[in-house]
Amino acid sequence: MILRRPFFWIILLVAAGFVYAPLHGNNVSLREDLILIAIAIILASNLNLLIGYTGYVNFGHIVFYGLGGYVGLYLTTVRGWNLVLSALVAGVVVSVCALLFGLAILRLRGAYFALATIGILQAVQAFVSNFDPWGRSTGMYLSFNSYQSLGGARHALWITYFLIIAVMALSMIVSLVIKNSKFGLGLFAIREDEDAAVVLGVNATVYKAIIYSVSAFLPAVAGALMFFKNGMIDPSIAFEYMLSLEGIVMLMLGGQGSVIGAALGGALYERLRSYLLTSPVLSNFHLVIAGGLLLVVVLFAPGGLIGWVYRLVPRARKVIE
Amino acid sequence: MSTILEVRGVSKRFGGLVAVSDVSFSIDEGEILGLIGPNGAGKTTLFNVVNGVYRANQGTITFAGKDITRCSPDQVVHLGLARTHQIVKPLNDLTLLDNVTVGACFGREYLDMAAARKVASEVLQRVGLERTDMMARSLTIAGKKRLEIARALAAKPKLLLLDEVLAGLNPTEVASMIALVRKIRDGGVSVLMIEHLMQAIMSLSDRIVVLNLGRKLAEGKPDEVVHNSGVVEAYLGFPDAVHKLTLTNKLTWRK
Repeated sequence: MILRRPFFWIILLVAAGFVYAPLHGNNVSLREDLILIAIAIILASNLNLLIGYTGYVNFGHIVFYGLGGYVGLYLTTVRGWNLVLSALVAGVVVSVCALLFGLAILRLRGAYFALATIGILQAVQAFVSNFDPWGRSTGMYLSFNSYQSLGGARHALWITYFLIIAVMALSMIVSLVIKNSKFGLGLFAIREDEDAAVVLGVNATVYKAIIYSVSAFLPAVAGALMFFKNGMIDPSIAFEYMLSLEGIVMLMLGGQGSVIGAALGGALYERLRSYLLTSPVLSNFHLVIAGGLLLVVVLFAPGGLIGWVYRLVPRARKVIE
Repeated sequence: MSTILEVRGVSKRFGGLVAVSDVSFSIDEGEILGLIGPNGAGKTTLFNVVNGVYRANQGTITFAGKDITRCSPDQVVHLGLARTHQIVKPLNDLTLLDNVTVGACFGREYLDMAAARKVASEVLQRVGLERTDMMARSLTIAGKKRLEIARALAAKPKLLLLDEVLAGLNPTEVASMIALVRKIRDGGVSVLMIEHLMQAIMSLSDRIVVLNLGRKLAEGKPDEVVHNSGVVEAYLGFPDAVHKLTLTNKLTWRK
């Protein structure tokens, strides 16, 4: 059972730390740092389900996050729904969209699938940029009233923060549960050799569609929460292609296929990025560093941080999930 | 004895190329049926049609009383028809135990993880693979062939399709593989096997089907088949080749 996995308790502990640290002394700037880390972990963990577990590279994963943000903000602002319900509905709507996209493009394999994911990102962005109810290219702004139901802006931001941390913990737990399940084993088989997996009895078509849809759910919920917190959304920040690529870098850095690897990669990369972005000398240099880092990882440690640990200590495979 | 698999009038075309043409045969329960033929005769294509990787253009395939002509490979496995690949397909980055657990999890009994692991370690022991926590990529070719068989067996099949499990093995490995195939049959599993190694297939099979250029050329007991003039022609070029070869040998020997 999942409760017996030590890693499950570690996840809860980390989440508790994320909640406690900024609350202690009401440290808002720490909270903002931690939010970015949490978002990175959410994106990397869910991307890991597709790339690390199933072996399908998704260059357009950010589309789920952006679309979730749009649906969430639309529901809270225009429809006046409450935040939690809007975020959940955003997750469900985006998952259903993902299922439809998935059934269409998961017939493709390898580089062709990866190209199709870029196509989906571009198509959705183009659609949203011309969609009147969502404000076309100028996007949407949150009305200040939306914060009232959560007890004012200050309160609302804290609540949003806790919800994002919950989504982060949930992302890692979902990864952990899938990794140890029969469903996960089927995905691993598809990753290693799809034809062999089918001959062994894995219904690859259904499995791929399900995991593609699952990997969309929590990023969409996180998008809804994050853009609610930011108070505005427009197509260029919702569907930021760079962030999609950086998600892959995080995964490669930490170690694809590993729950802790994805989370660690997300957290480390986000810290590095924040440091580089705010440092006066290196500002706007972070993509160069990210590129260099990716090169070093691919060349010298193709399994990322965790893969490197596995190679040093083979027994670690059993302990580190 | 009742029939486990019946293939009736099956054809498979790839564009203009007819790979398998109007082939019919059947396998009884507990039988080992050998499938032989020169390279390009359509043996592996026939396997792929039977287990659903390809869809037959014509004909029907009945397995254990069910029509499986239009089934996909994963559905076929659930019914109890498992196979190995001529070109081995190990799940490289998974351990041997995980490899075989996949077979048990998604096989005929559709076991849950705990039960599947138990079956997997039993099967691994049965086929003689001991270091079950090893990565599949680091196995030798003989080991990978055993792994293929183990994965297929873990699905608890009623019929096992073996595609050239002896190819590329050394004589010792061949001998132990033959013993393994016998053991599998004695465990109540019917076997359909493609093999190029004549001595092995002659001694193992109860009956043999010969394919040539996609058509069935002959069918019968091993010793009937080797003396069939059509079979000899397909393999050696002309019908009385055997006779002539022995004659030439005698002449040279006399000199």
